[in-house]
Amino acid sequence: MGAREEILTRLTGGGVRVAVPRAYRQRGTTDPQLLVELLTDRLLDYRAGVHPSPPGALGATIAALLAGAATLAIPPDAPDDWLRDYPGEVRHEPLSVADLDATDAVLTGCALAIAETGTLVLDAGPTQGRRALSLVPDHHVCVVHTGQIVASVPEGLHRLADPRRPLTLISGPSATSDIELNRVEGVHGPRRLDVVLVI
Amino acid sequence: MNPLVGDQPFPVAARAAVRDEQLRANLEHATRTIRAKRAQVVSEVDDWEALREAGSALKADVLARLPELLVQFETAATAAGAQVHWARDAGEACALVAGLVHAAGADEVVKVKSMATQEIGLNEALAEAGIRAVETDLAELIVQLADDRPSHILVPAIHYNRRQIRELFATRMSGVDPATLTDEPVVLAEAARRYLREKFLSATVAVSGANFAVAETGTLVVLESEGNGRMCLTLPETLISVVGVEKLVPTFADLEVFLQLLPRSSTGERMNPYTSMWTGVTPGDGPRQVHVVLVDNGRSDTLADPVGRQALWCIRCSACLNVCPVYERVGGHAYGSVYPGPIGAILSPQLTGGADRSLPYASTLCGACYDVCPVRINIPEVLVHLRQSGVDAERGHRSAERTAMRTLGWVMRDRRRYAAALRAARAGAAPLRVAARLRGRSTVRRLPWPLSGWTASRDAPLPAPESFRDWWARSHGRA
Repeated sequence: MGAREEILTRLTGGGVRVAVPRAYRQRGTTDPQLLVELLTDRLLDYRAGVHPSPPGALGATIAALLAGAATLAIPPDAPDDWLRDYPGEVRHEPLSVADLDATDAVLTGCALAIAETGTLVLDAGPTQGRRALSLVPDHHVCVVHTGQIVASVPEGLHRLADPRRPLTLISGPSATSDIELNRVEGVHGPRRLDVVLVI
Repeated sequence: MNPLVGDQPFPVAARAAVRDEQLRANLEHATRTIRAKRAQVVSEVDDWEALREAGSALKADVLARLPELLVQFETAATAAGAQVHWARDAGEACALVAGLVHAAGADEVVKVKSMATQEIGLNEALAEAGIRAVETDLAELIVQLADDRPSHILVPAIHYNRRQIRELFATRMSGVDPATLTDEPVVLAEAARRYLREKFLSATVAVSGANFAVAETGTLVVLESEGNGRMCLTLPETLISVVGVEKLVPTFADLEVFLQLLPRSSTGERMNPYTSMWTGVTPGDGPRQVHVVLVDNGRSDTLADPVGRQALWCIRCSACLNVCPVYERVGGHAYGSVYPGPIGAILSPQLTGGADRSLPYASTLCGACYDVCPVRINIPEVLVHLRQSGVDAERGHRSAERTAMRTLGWVMRDRRRYAAALRAARAGAAPLRVAARLRGRSTVRRLPWPLSGWTASRDAPLPAPESFRDWWARSHGRA
């Protein structure tokens, strides 16, 4: 008998089926003002930057955040108004990993944001590009529209268009708790995370 | 050496560990920190108990239909472009991974922290096959540089403080300038970043585990903090994930329970910095070869025990280690297994078929582990159950304890024999009682052989000067 068949045979008899009680909260607030406040509070707690911006000032807000970045990577479908005021060099895909490593910052959108946990969800959908893009450069600027914010983790997972896309959940900048169990920001992922909230 | 079994039984290893004052200071500091953080973020979730109930039931239900869910996972993952492999034991799993690495033409792999690969001794097996495994999690890297063994599920280097880590980096990490390296955690993290950057950018094969595997979609999930996981899961051409068969969840939506339970229980955060989920191969995004190795390695034997099988619900958060008074004092190495602490005391002996029978005794049965477990594993219940089955397995063998119990049983079966024995014990203990009273105690510190084994680590109470029956007869008269 092959390993597969033997394992499947041996794993029978693991008890009786159990009904799963789902008494936990599925939904949180839908008040846009509260959602923005909660998300902001959580992101700041992770030491991410939070920058509210009216749609008309988006280009200026992004340019100000990227003042220290001479080079910027963007997804192929980044909207023009994001880059209107950025004076540096914009690098377009296809970019090699070495190219990305030599790029100062990356600008993306997201699929949605979860307020209660301060989480940005990227699913390689519109304005996000592939996973390596938002990973290798040391500074990630992420644009979030208020309509993309949900309150809870269950709402966030339900709202995803297709869970089989490559998904990245980002909650603050790269961090580690490996030295004396204290959280320290900044290891391998982007050490600076700025969120632009379009309000 | 089996990564699930130590060279010494727990009591022997623990005796040495509790004498290490530096170790105890490091552990006390670290576990106190994490306990406070966990308590804080759990207290702000008003439906925490409902989430625990759901997580517990989900895991129990998964175990009841593992074969069906595994086949469903295999079908979905294969349809998405992954290749699914099956391994009965550690040896088979290691051989499979080594074969896949060789087939990819690589002699070095980058690794995401994974308990499953530690459990099967993958790094050692790969080294024998001429493949270098580079651990990329900071704590795993510390342990690897120190040529040490992990001592905690989440933070394998919990037994090191910042000064010790600085020394290690200064002496063992290539490219580090000892003159500028301080023991600030930020500086140490920066050193690790620079050391591993080139590895990430040039690696062609990565090896990971998975926190969850979704049967419905064929999706694998990894939770991490540093971004080393994202690097390994995204940049190399080939990704090999070693996954225990119990890691399944039925549907993608079920992750909503575990993504709330796990980060708050493990690092004490509302959410860990990065969670990656991938389903097979996505053209133009990430690895082009995706392999999943499903591992049994003692899980089917564990599943066969109706009481013990709940150990397979474990999501490896390590909250039970951080609250355990025994773990806090002896550290992880004393348990001899890559799974230390309360969960290790019930998981390791079951996965190995009872190789170390002393582990279920590495507990005071205080129950703190059960209180914090995000999937409500009744660890004290399983500990008692395994103590019982350990004794059962020894039946028929001669031992001092068995002889004493048999004699006691004979004495207690008959009222006259029992009363006579009590009188003898009172008479025999009279001088001891006098001595104890002079010292202001009601217990004896050291009994003579053969009872000295009992008092080696506890005081023995003295027999009362008068039995209840005698007192009743004296004060109430014979009715």
